[in-house]
Amino acid sequence: MGLLLRNGRVVDPSQGLDESLDVLIEDGKIARLERRLTAQGVASIDLRGKVLAPGFIDMHAHLREPGEEWKETVASGTAAAAAGGFCSVACMPNTNPVNDERAVTEFILGQARKSGRVRVYPIAAVSKGLSGEELAEMGDLVDGGAIAVSDDGKPVASGRLLRLALEYARIFGIPVIDHCEDPDLSDGGVVNEGYISTLLGLKGWNRTAEDTIVARDIAMAAETAGRIHIAHVSTEGSLELIRRARAGGVRVSCEVTPHHLTLTEEACLTYDTTTKMNPPLRTGADREALLEGLKDGTVDVIATDHAPHHSDEKNVEFSRAPFGVIGLETAVSLALDRLVRPGMISIGRMVELMSVNPARILGVPGGTLKPGAPADITVLDLEREFSVEPARFHSLSRNTPFGGWSLRGGPVATIVAGEIVHSSLD
Amino acid sequence: MNLRSPHLLGIEPLASEEITLILDTAESLAQISQREIKKVPTLRGRTVVNFFVEPSTRTRSSFEIAEKRLSADSLNFSPGASSLVKGETLADTARNLEAMAPDFIVIRHSEPGAPHMLARICRCSVINAGDGAHEHPTQALLDAYTIRQKKGRIAGLRVAIVGDILHSRVVRSNIFLLRKMGAEVVLSGPPTLIPQGIERLGVKVEGRIEAALEGVDVIMMLRVQLERQTRGYFPSLREYFRLYGLTAPRVRLARPDAIIMHPGPINRGVEIDSEVADGPWSVILEQVTNGVAVRMAVLYLLSGGAGGGAEEEIRNPEA
Repeated sequence: MGLLLRNGRVVDPSQGLDESLDVLIEDGKIARLERRLTAQGVASIDLRGKVLAPGFIDMHAHLREPGEEWKETVASGTAAAAAGGFCSVACMPNTNPVNDERAVTEFILGQARKSGRVRVYPIAAVSKGLSGEELAEMGDLVDGGAIAVSDDGKPVASGRLLRLALEYARIFGIPVIDHCEDPDLSDGGVVNEGYISTLLGLKGWNRTAEDTIVARDIAMAAETAGRIHIAHVSTEGSLELIRRARAGGVRVSCEVTPHHLTLTEEACLTYDTTTKMNPPLRTGADREALLEGLKDGTVDVIATDHAPHHSDEKNVEFSRAPFGVIGLETAVSLALDRLVRPGMISIGRMVELMSVNPARILGVPGGTLKPGAPADITVLDLEREFSVEPARFHSLSRNTPFGGWSLRGGPVATIVAGEIVHSSLD
Repeated sequence: MNLRSPHLLGIEPLASEEITLILDTAESLAQISQREIKKVPTLRGRTVVNFFVEPSTRTRSSFEIAEKRLSADSLNFSPGASSLVKGETLADTARNLEAMAPDFIVIRHSEPGAPHMLARICRCSVINAGDGAHEHPTQALLDAYTIRQKKGRIAGLRVAIVGDILHSRVVRSNIFLLRKMGAEVVLSGPPTLIPQGIERLGVKVEGRIEAALEGVDVIMMLRVQLERQTRGYFPSLREYFRLYGLTAPRVRLARPDAIIMHPGPINRGVEIDSEVADGPWSVILEQVTNGVAVRMAVLYLLSGGAGGGAEEEIRNPEA
C-alpha cells in the first residue's frame, strides 16, 4: 500500500529543497521524490498550493499519563499532536509514578501503541523520583525506549548530580534536558519580576534564577563534554550565554516556546491564569532577543512545553493556579502567522526548528524526506485562516491564552509512517 | 456624575474625577457620624457580605460601621467559619454567595486578583478591601480624604512613604491615587523591600529616610511585619528602627506643618517612635474616623447614588 502526494511544495532543509515535487510513499517510508511521478495502483492526493515538510517533532510535551489522566492521556495528547501537525512527541517524565523506571517507559510506549496517533518518545527522569538526589537507571530506561533524560518541571538543582548525569549520559549519547530555575532565587515567584509583578502585587520570578542555572549548565557541559539541552529559554541573558558558549565550542542546544515568542508579561495584567507558566512570560526585550535568536541560529528548536491542566485547577486565584499552557494545537499556526508571515524567519528555517533540529538533538528518526526515511510528513496550508477554538481541541485540557485568536496558516494533514493520522484537506 | 464601574477593585482604574467624587461624597456623609442618631435609610433593604478571607479588625469594623450607618443589612463571612477550609474554591464560594443575592461583596483576600475573579463571577458590586500586595483602594481614599482635610488640597504636595514597599497594598493604591491627583511621591525603605520597576509609576526612591523626608508635607509610615525579618529582608528590627524608624529629629526634616499617617496597626518602637505616633503631627486616629465616611461614600455611590445626591439623602435622617 503506497501513497502518492502530488504537486506539493516540498520544503526540506535537510536536503536543501524548496520546490514543487511529487512524493511517493511505500511501506511507510519515503520511496521517491521527483518532479513528476506516476505510480500504478497507488492512491494519490493533489497537494497543489500546500507545503510538505518533514514531520514536525515536539520535543517537549507533558502527556500526563500515567497518573493525571484527567488532564491528558497518551491517546488525547497524541490526537492533539496529530491535529496540530506533529508526527512525534517527546513526553516529559513528571508523571505519577515518575518515569524513572523502565516499567513506566514501557507503559507509556504500550499506551502509544494501543491508542497513540503519532510517535511517542518518552524522556526519562534524571533522578529517581525527580528528587534530585540520585541517578535513575539510565541504561535500563534507554533500553526500554527513553531517548533523553530530564527532571523537567524542576531543575536538576544539585550541580553535582547534573555533572554526574552529563558524564553518565555519554555512554548512551543522549542529551540531558534541563529546566533552568534556581528555586532559591525564583523563591515562589509566579510572574516575571519587574514592573508588571510590582503593578499586580504578585510575587516576582527573577530572571537571574534562570540565567545562573544556564551559566552553571554550560560550564558543566564544557567540563564533561556532555550534551546539555536547555529547555524553554525565556530570557535575553540566558540566550546570550548560550550564544557565547556555542561560539566557544560547547555542546549546548536550546529550545523556545511559541508562547514566549508571541506574548509578554503584559498578558498577565488581567490575572488570567492561562497566562501563568514556568518560566513566566517575560518582557518585550526578552521576546525580541528570542526572536533574534531564531534568526541568527542560536535557538535550535521551537517546542511547545504543552502542559495540560484541568479548568478546575486553573480556575482559582492566580498565585494558586498551576503553571502551564497547552500548545500542541496552536504551535504551528502561531509560528506560521507570527514568525513566517511577517518575514522574521523563512518557512525553511521553521522546518529546521520544528523537525530537522529536534530529530538531530534527540537522535530519533525523521527530520528529513530523503528516500528511505520514515514517511512522516506535515502538510501545511500557508493561507487558510485558523481560529483558535479551545472547545474544539483534541486535548483534554483548555488552558490556552490564545483562545479567540485568528491565525493565518496551519497544519492541514499529518502523515505518520505513511498513514494519514489527521486531515482537514477537502 | 456617577462612578463608571459597578465595582471598586482598585484605584488604578479610577479617573481623578471619580476620586474627587468619592472624597466630596464622603465629606457630605461624614456629618452622619457626628449626630446623636448615626443612621440614614439610604441602603435600607440592601445586603452587604463582608467576605474576609484574611484577618482584619480595622478595615472590617470600619466597613461594618459604614454599612450600619447607611442601614444596610450586613453579614460577616470569614474563613474560619466558612467552607474555604473544607476545600471549596473561591469561585464556588463566590457562586454560593451570589446565589443569596447580596448587593455588595466586600472582600479581603491574601491573593492579588481575588476580587477581580469575584467581579467576573458575581452580578453584585465587588469592593476590594485589600488583595494581597496588590491594592487597598478604600485605605488610599481615606488617606486622601485626611490629607485634603488637613492640607486643603492634594495636588502639588510632597508625600513620603516609608517602609516595606514590596509587600504593601497600601503603597500601590496610594501611589496610584496621589499621582492621579497631582502629588509628588517619594518612597524610602530597605532596597530589599523596594519592588522592581516601581519608578515607572512616577515616584522617586531614596535609600535613606533622611533624603526622603526632606521638605515633605505628608509622611506615611508602613507597618513592618515580623515575618519579613525572618525571611531575611533586613537583619533585625533594631537595625530597621535605626535606619528607617520615624523619630522626632527625623520628622523635623519635613515641613514644619507636616502630618504623619499610618494605616495601622502601628508597631511602636519598630517603624515609629511613640513620641511621634502620639505627637502633634500625627493624624493616625483621624484616618480611622475618616475611613467610615469614605466607605459610606463608596457604598452609596456604587449602589447607584449620584454625586451631589448625598446632601439630599442625609437631610433625611432615619424616619
